[in-house]
Amino acid sequence: MEASKVIHAFYTDDEVLLDAVKTVKAAHHHVEEVFCPFPVHGLDKAMGLAPTRLAITAFMYGITGLAVAIWLTNYIMIEDWPQDIGGKPSFSWMENMPAFVPIMFELTVFFAAHLMVITFYMRSRIWPFKDAENPDPRTTDDHFLMEIPVNNNEEELTFLLANTGAVEINIVDKH
Amino acid sequence: MYQFSGKLKTFSIALIILGVIGTAFSFYSGSKLTLTDAKHAIEASNNDGHGGSHDDSHETKNHHQTESTHQNSTTHSADAHELDTHAAHEEHVLHQMQNRPWSAFYVALFFSLGLTLLVLAFYAIQRVAQVGWSVVILRVMEAITANLLPVSIIMALVIIASVMHLNHLFPWMKEGTFDPTSPNYDAIVDGKSWWINATGFLIRSLVYLLLWNVYRFYIRKNSIKEDTANDGNKTYKKNYNASVIFLFVFMITETMMSWDWIMGLDPHWFSTLFGWYVLSTLLVTALTVIAFFTIYFKGKGVLPNVNESHIHDLAKFMFGFSVFWSYLWFSQFMLIWYADIPEETTYFVARFTDYKTPFLAMIVMNFVFPVLLLINSDFKSKPWFVFIGGFVILAGHYIDVFIMIMPGTVGAQWAFGIPELSAIFFFIGLLIYTTLHAFSKANPIPEGNPFLEESKHFQYFNVENTGEGSTDHH
Repeated sequence: MEASKVIHAFYTDDEVLLDAVKTVKAAHHHVEEVFCPFPVHGLDKAMGLAPTRLAITAFMYGITGLAVAIWLTNYIMIEDWPQDIGGKPSFSWMENMPAFVPIMFELTVFFAAHLMVITFYMRSRIWPFKDAENPDPRTTDDHFLMEIPVNNNEEELTFLLANTGAVEINIVDKH
Repeated sequence: MYQFSGKLKTFSIALIILGVIGTAFSFYSGSKLTLTDAKHAIEASNNDGHGGSHDDSHETKNHHQTESTHQNSTTHSADAHELDTHAAHEEHVLHQMQNRPWSAFYVALFFSLGLTLLVLAFYAIQRVAQVGWSVVILRVMEAITANLLPVSIIMALVIIASVMHLNHLFPWMKEGTFDPTSPNYDAIVDGKSWWINATGFLIRSLVYLLLWNVYRFYIRKNSIKEDTANDGNKTYKKNYNASVIFLFVFMITETMMSWDWIMGLDPHWFSTLFGWYVLSTLLVTALTVIAFFTIYFKGKGVLPNVNESHIHDLAKFMFGFSVFWSYLWFSQFMLIWYADIPEETTYFVARFTDYKTPFLAMIVMNFVFPVLLLINSDFKSKPWFVFIGGFVILAGHYIDVFIMIMPGTVGAQWAFGIPELSAIFFFIGLLIYTTLHAFSKANPIPEGNPFLEESKHFQYFNVENTGEGSTDHH
């Protein structure tokens, strides 16, 4: 595959970075990626990223957990072996329902939380022993990096970025 | 400045008058009740012919059981004794029926007083926590608390009337309860007479009302003073200190108030969680009322700085405290249901047999509905959704207070009709009138608050506020 070039613009302030992202978007360039040492409020909106659907998945995982808890308590306590334990009514699930609420709650939370976290790891491609995809170690400390693909417009982009307060602009080959 | 619109003034006064007429009518027809009416009510419930009476068969069954045990252990002729118990039962039912106009009024009164009080407490919390977002709606909360004084006066009158035996709301006030020679002697209540006694009850009740009103009077005056004080936030700090003291006093008086005014209706029953449970139900209501008035004033254009993020935060509080209510309600229910100790369980047996429909409907309205409707972040910033959710929450928590009070006063003789509706109308009219009147008296924007600027630019990260440019915030 042909090696494509990207431009790396470095910033040292999140406010400057935000304005730079807005400028680049206004000039109709595609911002490939932004690397930050910490979350910058409003960056996703400035880049035009779609909102996350993680909360929706969590809701559905929660319903799954609730269903599992209901099935579990009903099968074990009512259908399989309905014993009289301390006079609790085990004739039907509804009659003994209050006793099952704590486990229903906990399983709902358990499923919602854990499955959502695993979803997050999978979608973000994070796992142990994964090779870091960091273009420059300074971005984990005190620098912000904006990555823009270059399509034969190096000079125009460099000029644009230089005006946005970039402290360093590099053009690198990306494989 | 907000101008109290003539239309709403007429509307609220009409509600008040309607409520007064309806209440007067129900008291009048209540005073006409005789033993014959009670007999009819018992017959009707025995025949099981009319709506809602499926619960009453239980009552009758119990009644027969006590009858037969009495017959076995007594030397009276069976016939004469049956007549005795019948007469006692009829008198009991008559008392319950006579209680109805009082209870109907008391439910709405307590609901109105409680929600106003919790608005005041929430307001004090905003001051003590030095909250940034809510400063632009502080005046809305302040205006709602103007309702506190009138409802406190009405509450004081009802309490004095109860102590003067003008009603049978509190069973322990019956003549002879503390007198061992009396047929009405109640050893259990007598054991609690160091707390449950008319003098202590009256003094405590008046002290609670007084303390709350003192804070409300002070903070309202000083909050308006804050606008023009320009004294290096000295007034602001004074208000802060007053609010800290109030919150301390409030937590104690609120707990004791729930024992006196609600738990006292079932003097044989007790629960440690009760004060918190009452607090949570009133807090949800208070937040909903704040949201309603905020949405109304925002719609009128008098709160230019209130944006969707403020609505979103209010809805988030409504959602969160609905869950908190459910948690406390269920904790109280489940602990009693699980252990099933007879003297505790009777409380829920009475509610689950005679009040099954409202009891179950309340859980759906106060828990399931708000959770499903207000869990979505986009919905929470839409006034329409908050309004729908809030309406159900208000109705649900009215039912909650209804179920707290009614079983102890009218028992199975409950209904929802003219007495209940008129009382609701009266207190809604009063709330609207006092709130809008107070809001029109002061600057809707608390100019002197040091957090005002922060509040004006408040934005929750995923709510798009209308009327703001992209440069307003990053």
